[in-house]
Amino acid sequence: MSVDWKNFEPVLLPKIPVLHKIDVYEKNGGYDQLKKVLKDWTPEKVTNEVKAANIRGRGGAGFNAGLKWSFMPKPDGGPRYIAANGDESEPGTFKDRQIFEYNPHLFIEGAIIAGFAMSITAVYVYIRGEYKDWIDMMQKAVDDAYAKGYLGKNILGSGFDIDMYVHSGAGAYICGEESSLMESLEGKRGYPRVKPPFPAQKGLWGRPTTINNIETLANVPLVIKNGAEWYTGIGAKNHPGPVLYGISGHVNRPGVYEYPTGMSINDLIYDVCGGVRGGKKVKAVIPGGSSTPPLRGDQLEGVCMDADSLRTAGSMMGTAGMIIMDEDTDMVDVLWRISHFYHHESCGQCTPCRDGTGFLEKTLIKIRDGHGEMRDLDLLLDLCTQMEGRTICALADAAAWPVRYTVTRFREDFEKRVKNTVYALA
Amino acid sequence: MSETFEFTKEELAEIDKIKAKYPDKKSPVMPVLWLAQNKFGHVEPEVQQLVAKTLDIPAAHVYGVVSFYTQYYGTRKGKFVFDVCTTLTCQLCGGYDILHHLEDKLGIKAGETTEDGMFSIQSVECLGACGYAPMMQITNGVYCNHLTKEKVDRIVDDLKAGKMPEFEQIPFPQHQNESSK
Ligand SMILES: Cc1cc2nc3c(=O)[nH]c(=O)nc-3n(C[C@H](O)[C@H](O)[C@H](O)COP(=O)(O)O)c2cc1C
Ligand code: SF4
Ligand code: FES
Repeated sequence: MSVDWKNFEPVLLPKIPVLHKIDVYEKNGGYDQLKKVLKDWTPEKVTNEVKAANIRGRGGAGFNAGLKWSFMPKPDGGPRYIAANGDESEPGTFKDRQIFEYNPHLFIEGAIIAGFAMSITAVYVYIRGEYKDWIDMMQKAVDDAYAKGYLGKNILGSGFDIDMYVHSGAGAYICGEESSLMESLEGKRGYPRVKPPFPAQKGLWGRPTTINNIETLANVPLVIKNGAEWYTGIGAKNHPGPVLYGISGHVNRPGVYEYPTGMSINDLIYDVCGGVRGGKKVKAVIPGGSSTPPLRGDQLEGVCMDADSLRTAGSMMGTAGMIIMDEDTDMVDVLWRISHFYHHESCGQCTPCRDGTGFLEKTLIKIRDGHGEMRDLDLLLDLCTQMEGRTICALADAAAWPVRYTVTRFREDFEKRVKNTVYALA
Repeated sequence: MSETFEFTKEELAEIDKIKAKYPDKKSPVMPVLWLAQNKFGHVEPEVQQLVAKTLDIPAAHVYGVVSFYTQYYGTRKGKFVFDVCTTLTCQLCGGYDILHHLEDKLGIKAGETTEDGMFSIQSVECLGACGYAPMMQITNGVYCNHLTKEKVDRIVDDLKAGKMPEFEQIPFPQHQNESSK
């Protein structure tokens, strides 16, 4: 079952020219939700509404945003932070930058409302360093919001103070992991922290902190405006709302598209993106960034882009960064390149991850170059088992899943490669 | 003659503004490194010393940060650095062909710099532009999308003539073609 997407009008990235300019945003109702909340709402009411809307985190893990906010301890008069995650480095993901470029104030308004709900003193917007141009756009938007009194002391005369700072990363995928991101904001190497303590207890500079993805926070003003019921009525029942699908690879019209969650993968490929280049068949789809298990082209019938449907199919929603591969794709080559990425990005703190990602890559190079043996396939799966769930952060899992599921679901590609070697040697 | 590295009064004022955004003195190290790299073109050990002195933190800490993040140039690179994305989607869409074309054209391999110090090439991880693959970034700055060999040639010629490619705004597909519904 697919959702009614043909009549859907984008709300995160609506069709309004130059909406990134603050006066255009205001003319279209921008910052009205913030005004409403500051005037009439209590922080609890905001949190409860967001919780009821079930905005599931768009950064990958899909956790209910309002529920996460409710973990923050009671204010004690000291500083409290939001770290907004715009690190966006999971291969296949290029959606948050559309918000920076086309609708930055929606995110800013959402972050301020979230700040009000959790009595936050400052929001740090962490953006990957490569997004230099988008960092400048965000900085401009933040400056404009300060100039209009939406940020700073006593905003809009409400007595509520909140600051927002844009922080540039400098090239490290791992800094998208929430505790690594906090280390990086604190001016250190981005080594993930052991949890507990969780960020709500001990986050940035030892203070209560909530980490949310940029797109997650951009959904907040929409929920305040239209209500949780409206929100849960969009898309998939247990994973509702509009979502930015970033679709890339061998399709005719790649790009970022805003549609409800729960769209069928086939509709996205054929109707939205105009099908596969050259009219070829789909060999594989990675649904939500390179760490999510790939699905076979013949596995796609009826599979939809939401947590439940993808779990049943054997994958995950991740960041909704979909990568489509055509029938000529060499899965061995693809998997080697994915493994190279995770090997390169492992921070090296945990042995199973540091060594495991290296062994995975080395073994895959061996197979790719035709020196592999059948038992190397078992070795790969065994390595995955030794990495999964045994490390400080989830990078090791993110590295293991694609290997496990590419080797099992596309085993013919691998067997062909290793068998050929045996014949060649004989 | 050995180079000396210093911040101007204006830059120090800028650094004070950066410091005000963070609650302790270690935290501003990343933005200050960026400022230094934008000024000097690299953050070699002498520049790291300067940053450490300016923020009153140990130079070893600054070095630790520089060596963790790929975008900081702990050693000098070419005037223009081509960061060619070869990760997943770019790989699928010809990123390696672009890389090899650039290598052939400039006569260097990824990781190297031309003798005249003009160009460096690096093969890098996903830059968050997968829908516009293959692509590359120039010296931590502008993104060049939808690359073809011809487009790469044009970019190299332009850079030699002192012209940096402009920011490419990529229209949001849903905003333009209604007919796709
Ligand atoms: C290795 C790794 C990389 C991650 N990268 C990102 C990222 O680039 N952007 C992001 O929003 N979340 C990323 N996450 C998820 C964050 O840790 C965190 O769950 C998320 O930012 C929370 O926001 P959300 O609940 O709004 O999704 C990453 C997680 C891991 C383990
Ligand atoms: S799992 Fe990998 S990336 Fe995460 S902390 Fe351990 S070594 Fe670092
Ligand atoms: S794979 Fe090249 S930009 Fe993402």
